[in-house]
Amino acid sequence: MIRWLRALEAVVRRDILRFFKQTSRLVSAVVRPALWLLVFAAGFQNVLGVSITPPYETYIPYDVYMTPGLLGMVLLFQGMQSSLSLVFDREVGLLRLLLTSPFPRAYLLFVKLVAGTILGVVQALVFLAIARLAGVDLPDSAFLTVVPALVIGGFTLASLGLLLSVYVKRLENYAGAMNFVIFPSFFFSTALYPLWKISESGAVWIVHVAQINPFTSVVEMIRFALYGQMAWQPTAITLLAGILAFLMAARGYDPQKGMLGSKSQD
Amino acid sequence: MPPALSIDRLVKRYGPLVALDAISFSVEPGQVAALLGPNGAGKTTLFQILTGLFVADSGHVSLLGVDVARDPVAALRQLGIVFQQSALDPDLTARQNLIFHGGLHGLSRGDAAARADAWLREFGLADGASKPCRQLSGGMKRRVELARALMTDPALILLDEPTQGLDPKSRKELVETVFSLARGRGLSVLWATHLVGEVVDADVVIVLDHGTIVGQGTAPHLLAQTGTATLEDAFLALTAPIEGGNLA
Repeated sequence: MIRWLRALEAVVRRDILRFFKQTSRLVSAVVRPALWLLVFAAGFQNVLGVSITPPYETYIPYDVYMTPGLLGMVLLFQGMQSSLSLVFDREVGLLRLLLTSPFPRAYLLFVKLVAGTILGVVQALVFLAIARLAGVDLPDSAFLTVVPALVIGGFTLASLGLLLSVYVKRLENYAGAMNFVIFPSFFFSTALYPLWKISESGAVWIVHVAQINPFTSVVEMIRFALYGQMAWQPTAITLLAGILAFLMAARGYDPQKGMLGSKSQD
Repeated sequence: MPPALSIDRLVKRYGPLVALDAISFSVEPGQVAALLGPNGAGKTTLFQILTGLFVADSGHVSLLGVDVARDPVAALRQLGIVFQQSALDPDLTARQNLIFHGGLHGLSRGDAAARADAWLREFGLADGASKPCRQLSGGMKRRVELARALMTDPALILLDEPTQGLDPKSRKELVETVFSLARGRGLSVLWATHLVGEVVDADVVIVLDHGTIVGQGTAPHLLAQTGTATLEDAFLALTAPIEGGNLA
């Protein structure tokens, strides 16, 4: 058992070490959502009247509505980053090293997810602190109550990233793939606007897409968790999506399927 | 004592192409076995099966009696691998790379660090240990990878064309290091290469061509079999196209 934890620790440590060596990544992880918060919340404060829907009990300013979406965005970017790091590992040969360690393959992939989740949760909490400092009105208890939601959301988005890394073989293809995942996930969700607002404007198809988008569930789960409330359905959907993505990714990395590296004969 | 490595009628196909055609051989404990083969012979496929990255269509591989397909985790624990392509985290130092690997094999951080330091010293890498690996020379990187493969006390070391891309001096040093380790510590080695000069001192030479074993035995045995004077000529004779390769 202790051997398993040591392998976990080694992978987590390496990912954290790499994270802090990449200063640009460190900065953008915090600046990106902060910029969104600043610019969008200021610009749309009076444009979007957000009416009272649970978990909110009163009229709320737009920055409060937007914060869960941005927390989700932090997790989403980290999820994509951790899968990017897997593609990087494949290119520098370290994926082979990881997968030839004496542990079951699924565990080794799970360990990578844990590392990605930890990094995501920490970044999200840092952003939450920034949002509070910037004057976003959230309860103090939010820092505690949101953690389980961040863990589940971070795990699911890292799983989806892992699944993506099965299919995206080369580093240079990655930017395109990330745009295809990140922006649709973010815009076709409740991150920026509530669903009733969209259906009011008549774009029913967007509502349908947003409803089946797992990122919507992540955002709603976080939204309720900030107020210490449990959103059962979004949590269940998020968990289900995460587990499914992980199982599919583990299958994709199965040597029988030969998805690993090239099929070169020599 | 079971053989360090035993391969029994191993078959691997990629569609219609037969990459490995029922090959069998074994490596006894303490032996250095050379796996010689031209490019495309099936060496890398074999290594991918040995390391559990691919699964064979049929046949068996066992490491110290442990079946690789049945218990890959126990088998991998016995194995030290130097991959054909370098596999180091370029942003981490040599020492950090080694400690990371120790962790992946379930060593405690203290233990991994002590082993990393000992092996880096043994290989004359103590100076470079604190530099990011991307700054190391090709020869140094290879030695770091060899140190990494050795730090978990494996029963068998797999070397997949480890001298590829090295200059002649680094190449010679690496060959000498591996042979002296094998002789001094009783390490079993399977060394895949197409450079015959590297493995003339091997205890057993296995010549692989188009997925079949075309020659197997000690160097003198292969010379006698092919009626040649050097291992290089024997290798060329054994891997020559059929019509021109009717020997002796």
